[in-house]
Amino acid sequence: MEHRDDIGAKLGMWVFIFTEILLFGGLFLVYAVMRGNYSADFHQAAHHLNAFIGTINTLVLLISSATVAMSITAVQKGNNRLAVILLMITLICAAIFMINKYFEWGHKFQIGLYPGSDLMITLNHGQVMFFSLYFFMTGLHMFHLVVGGIILTIVMIKVQSGTINSTRYVLLENGGLYWHLVDLIWIFLFPLLYLVT
Amino acid sequence: MQTETVHITPYRTYAWVLIALLSFTFLTITVTWIDLSAITVFVALTIASVKAYIVLTYFMHLKFESSLFRVFVIMVLAIYVLVIAFTLSDYLFR
Repeated sequence: MEHRDDIGAKLGMWVFIFTEILLFGGLFLVYAVMRGNYSADFHQAAHHLNAFIGTINTLVLLISSATVAMSITAVQKGNNRLAVILLMITLICAAIFMINKYFEWGHKFQIGLYPGSDLMITLNHGQVMFFSLYFFMTGLHMFHLVVGGIILTIVMIKVQSGTINSTRYVLLENGGLYWHLVDLIWIFLFPLLYLVT
Repeated sequence: MQTETVHITPYRTYAWVLIALLSFTFLTITVTWIDLSAITVFVALTIASVKAYIVLTYFMHLKFESSLFRVFVIMVLAIYVLVIAFTLSDYLFR
């Protein structure tokens, strides 16, 4: 009889998620205070963001979250093949997100808009704050997306090999929780950075 | 400790949750497009909170976990709300 504690494992994952919530929470708090202090600058600077790319990325992330959730159902029902396909769709969505981000950031860098650039120095303080927060928050989020992608790739290989199966799948659940966290953060980043101009 | 009864969420539920989340996304975009000036941020944040609640409840399985998980999440969110309240009260009334 092997000893394992699935609830304990999930609880551990949640504790980690709490630290992530407080990490991003702190940044959102900085955003709130700075937006209060420099509302006109924030308003102006936010117009430079591409709301269309932001919207596409929102849709892509929501779909990827749904497919991860569905892959758990598939594994629970013993359908590992479907689970692998669903995880594959998630990873493709993650790739689309990254490609969009590449073009989005690439365009900003091209027009000279990046932390510490010559153009950035000429902007007033509130706009610098906005773009700094934009690059840092979406950058940190993107880092989480890459990590989530690596975790889900490992999980997918384990589903494929049968190490994750209908009797033990807590790793898939925890990988899913992490992915949903990435989605959760974006749910707040998207309106605050791209929409509320 | 092993859970005796495993709750399997049907694919259909997730499909509906996805449709709901997509609808709320389009609602946010429309609302900010109309520009309700002062309350735009408030409306956008309210919709985002509803979306977050749906993700936590269904995608993150909180609805089907033991209530311990929900208590923890509520506690962490309460701590965060306190941090926001203290910080903003400092900034608004100094």
